[in-house]
This record gives sequence, structure tokens and C-alpha cells, in this order.
Amino acid sequence: MALPGESALASWGRAVPTSAEEGAPAPSAHVVRTEEDLLTVRHAVRAATVEVGFGLVDQTRVVTAASELARNAYVHGGGGTVTIEYPRRPGARGLRLVVKDDGPGIADLDAALTDGFTTGSGLGHGLGGARRLMDEFTVQTGPGEGTVVTATRWTAR
Amino acid sequence: MRVSTSEAAVRERLTRALRERDAEIADRWVELQLEQALLGTDISEAELREEADALIDALVPGLESGAPVDRVVTSNSGLQEAVVRLSMRRARGGATPTVTSLAVLALKEALLKAVQRETRDAEELFASAVFINRLLDVAGALSFETYVEGREEIIRRQSQQLMELSTPVVRLWRQVLAVPLIGTLDTARTQVVMENLLQAIQDHEALVAIVDITGVPTVDTAVAQHLMQTVNAVRLMGADCVISGVRPSIAQTIAQLGIDLSAILTRATLADALAAAIKLIDGPGPDGDDGEGR
Amino acid sequence: MTAPRPAGVPILRLGDVLVTGLLNELDDGAAIAFTEELTERISAEGARGVLIDISRLEIIDSFVARTLMELTTVARLLGARVIVAGMRPPVAITLVELGIELVGVETALNPEQGLAALGWRQAQQSVEGSRRGAAR
Repeated sequence: MALPGESALASWGRAVPTSAEEGAPAPSAHVVRTEEDLLTVRHAVRAATVEVGFGLVDQTRVVTAASELARNAYVHGGGGTVTIEYPRRPGARGLRLVVKDDGPGIADLDAALTDGFTTGSGLGHGLGGARRLMDEFTVQTGPGEGTVVTATRWTAR
Repeated sequence: MRVSTSEAAVRERLTRALRERDAEIADRWVELQLEQALLGTDISEAELREEADALIDALVPGLESGAPVDRVVTSNSGLQEAVVRLSMRRARGGATPTVTSLAVLALKEALLKAVQRETRDAEELFASAVFINRLLDVAGALSFETYVEGREEIIRRQSQQLMELSTPVVRLWRQVLAVPLIGTLDTARTQVVMENLLQAIQDHEALVAIVDITGVPTVDTAVAQHLMQTVNAVRLMGADCVISGVRPSIAQTIAQLGIDLSAILTRATLADALAAAIKLIDGPGPDGDDGEGR
Repeated sequence: MTAPRPAGVPILRLGDVLVTGLLNELDDGAAIAFTEELTERISAEGARGVLIDISRLEIIDSFVARTLMELTTVARLLGARVIVAGMRPPVAITLVELGIELVGVETALNPEQGLAALGWRQAQQSVEGSRRGAAR
């Protein structure tokens, strides 16, 4: 798939504040290299959901989705980064997870997204499940290209 | 120099007119609103008069504050409040936003009429008209804005209330809860139902939850899927779920759509479901089968 | 991460029932170690039932869900029945939306009801009485 966000990807790994968003916390990037990092990511995302003002159920949805995506990057992508962003739009605050790995990429994205819904086996990529927990969900991937998952949940829809 | 002197004079004349002819202006304004049918709502003449008095009273200190003409309304809190209160009342009464701001703008005519009684000088009248326009256009805009905000707030509050009201969780029996669903079951609704039901199960230590779909007009694949989700969530909590109110037509639809609800305990009526629920609680025997329908 | 290490989760024994609980800070290694330790205890002590209190788990992702399902299957093969008790409402909602059904895993509202289902009803009644009467 195409990578239209080439320039945006250049800022990976650094916490670059998006100056346009007044009052919103600066994005933070978290490296996922070990199992312990998965816990760290969960803690950071939990704190971010509280900061944004999500209710308990939404907090649980977003942290669970983050856990799935971070584990994907760790297991299938050989590690990666999770960046937490705080988008705004009129009448709603949001939390955006950008999960990137430099792994082999996903050859059949459609299969990866539908996998596991009915079987509930917990195998596969867990992408479909994470997508159902978030309001917006996009994947940039291809064989040999690595994978970038961008997932957002809003306080009001 | 001449222009600013003339504006000061106009302002002074208008202030004096407002002081001396306040009753006359209020009467004329109320009359105009009634004439032009600018209400579209059942506000009484007494209420109109009250609104008019409040706004006219507030205009005097607003003009005397010396604020630029197009900022008189927004910089004076009493004046702003009078406009906001008037607009909110109209919004709640169901008037349209256009009619509401036109009603505020009708005050222009009433004011100009009062000035006309004082002077016949064309130039001065023209200056007064311009001044009044600039003064009250802001009020019209503020009124429109307030109206829209008011309606939006009402709509938000009502849809939230409707959502909560339409998904009440009631306790039918010791450890038996029921949710009578009325209307459709979309994703947002399912989330509210699940949240309310699961919390109630935890609070009441309920063992059985009955989801009554008597009030759900149609069951399609999406609704069935949402029902399955609700049942599964209840089971994860450690309680059982019974679906009641399955009408013959809905049963047929479910069969035709090929939706598999076989893992779910269903009953035709709420009464049947309650009987089934009580049986589940008492248990079929002292040990062994715990009644889980898996 | 393949070397077994202590799970750090206590496993208590009440007659022929093993009682344990999962903590929120369970990482993958700890989950695997926990499964192994519990499996060994079931086998060594001939347990007939296992109660797992999950009321402290703030999230269950597909990994933890799979751990619970595998544990249930293994225990059943060894002759023990597993009951998972005390799932929080937000966790249950999220699991369902995630599309995970916890196939074959029995659940209970809280540890007391889980124990009752595992046959601890009489004993509990004789000790302090039961406000739930003959529930389950």
C-alpha cells in the first residue's frame, strides 16, 4: 500500500508537540521491545484515557485495543513503537494510537481484519478485535513494508 | 468631529427616549411582535411585556456605559442576559430561530418610532436609524446564536435521557433482573444496555437477566448480533440470560435469516421468562447441572 | 522467556478445590508460569475444582483470554472443573466487542458463588450461614 504520510513518519520516536492543538497534551512515544514494555504501554495508555476524560468502559476498550496492537507489533513485527496522540474536534476529545513496526508486514490484510471474530481463539493478529473497540481504524502495510496501525476513539460520536 | 458629535447626540436622544417613553416603546414592540406573528408559540402578552421591560431597562445603562455602539449589547452583562433569556424562552417554546431573531429586531422599529416623536429632522432621524441598526443587529445575532445553542443543548439532554429512560433495568424477583427494550437495538443502544445491565447484575448479585424484546419492532441480523453480544456479556459476568417477547413473526424472521440463537434461552412472554428464571435459580437438582445452557 | 519462573500468584487449597486469583500486572511470562504451576498442582493434589478470582483484572486481552481457555481445557483433561469468578462489567463488555467468547470457560458472579458451584455450599452454610439460601 502507498505511504502518503512519509514526512509524518519522519518524526517517529520523538515526542513532537503538534502546536496547532492548544491545550492538548503533547504526543508521547513508547518503544515496544520486551514483554515488560507491553505493561508500560498499557499503563501509559490508561493514564492517557483518564487524561482525555473517558468513562470506565471506554478506558477499558482503549487499553485493551492498545494491548492487542502492541502485542502484534511485539510478536509479529519484532518490536515497534506506540505513539499516543490527543486529537480534538468540535465537541469531542480523542485518543489516537499509532502503532508501528518494521516487521514483514501483512500480506492479506482483509483476512487479518476478519480473523478471530467468530472463533474467538485469540490467535491471529487481533486486528479485527482492536478495530471493533475503536471508532476509526486504518492500517498501512504490505509484504516487507512493516505495519502502521492508526486507531482513534472519541469521547462523543 | 461632526460625526462623533452627532453620534453622541443620537446616543443621548435615544437614551432619553428610552427613559421617558419606555412604556410606549415596550407597548409598540409587543404590538409589532403580535402583528407580525413573530411568536409561533404560546407566550402570553404579559410575558412579552415582561421581556420587553427587562430589555429596555437594560438598554439604558448599556448606552450610558459609553461602549462602542456595536459592542453595547455584548459588553453589558444585564443587557446580554436579557437577550439570552428571551431567546432561551423562545427556543424552549418551540419558536424557529429566524422568528426569534426577527422578534428582537422588531425592537428597532419601536425605538425609531419613539425617536421620531422627538424630532422631525431628517438628518438626525437617519443618524438615529443607523445607530439603532448597529446597536440591535448584534442583539439579533446573539439571539440567533443563543437559540441554536439552547436547542442543541436540549436535544443533547433529551437524547441522553431518552437513551437512559428507554433502557431501564428493573428487579423482577430476588436475583432476577429484566430490561424491557423498546425501539431498535443499534450499536450505541447496545452499549448503554450492556453497561446498565452488567452494572445492575453486579450491584444486585443477580443470577438471571431477562432481556424482553416485545417492544422491538423488527429483528434483523444486526439486532440479533447485538442481542448475542448482550447475552454473552451477561454470561461472562457469571449470570444467565433469557430473551423474552419473541413474537411468532420475529421467530419466523430469525429462522429465515438463518440466525443461530439456539444457544440462547428464549421465551414467548415475560411471564414465561420469569418462570424459567426462577427455575434456573432454584436449580434442577442439589448438585451437578448448574443450569448453564452451554 | 522460556525458562519457567515463579508466577508470584498464591494458589490456596480448600479440600479438593484450588483457589487462586489473577492480578492486573500479569505479564506474558507470569501468565505462562501461572498456567504451569496450576497444572502441576491440579495433577499432584488431585484437585476436582479450580476457582480463579479475576475481579482484579482491569483488562482481558486475547492473550489472557487464551490463557484462561487453555487452562480450562487442560484442567478438564486432568479431571478438574474451572470456574472464573468476578469479571468486571467493563471487562465483559470489552471482551464481547473484541469478539472473544471464552469458549468452554464457566463463570460466576463472585468467588462465593463460584465456590458454591464447585460444591462448597454445605460447608459455607454450616460455618456462617448463607444469605443466598440454596442458591445454585
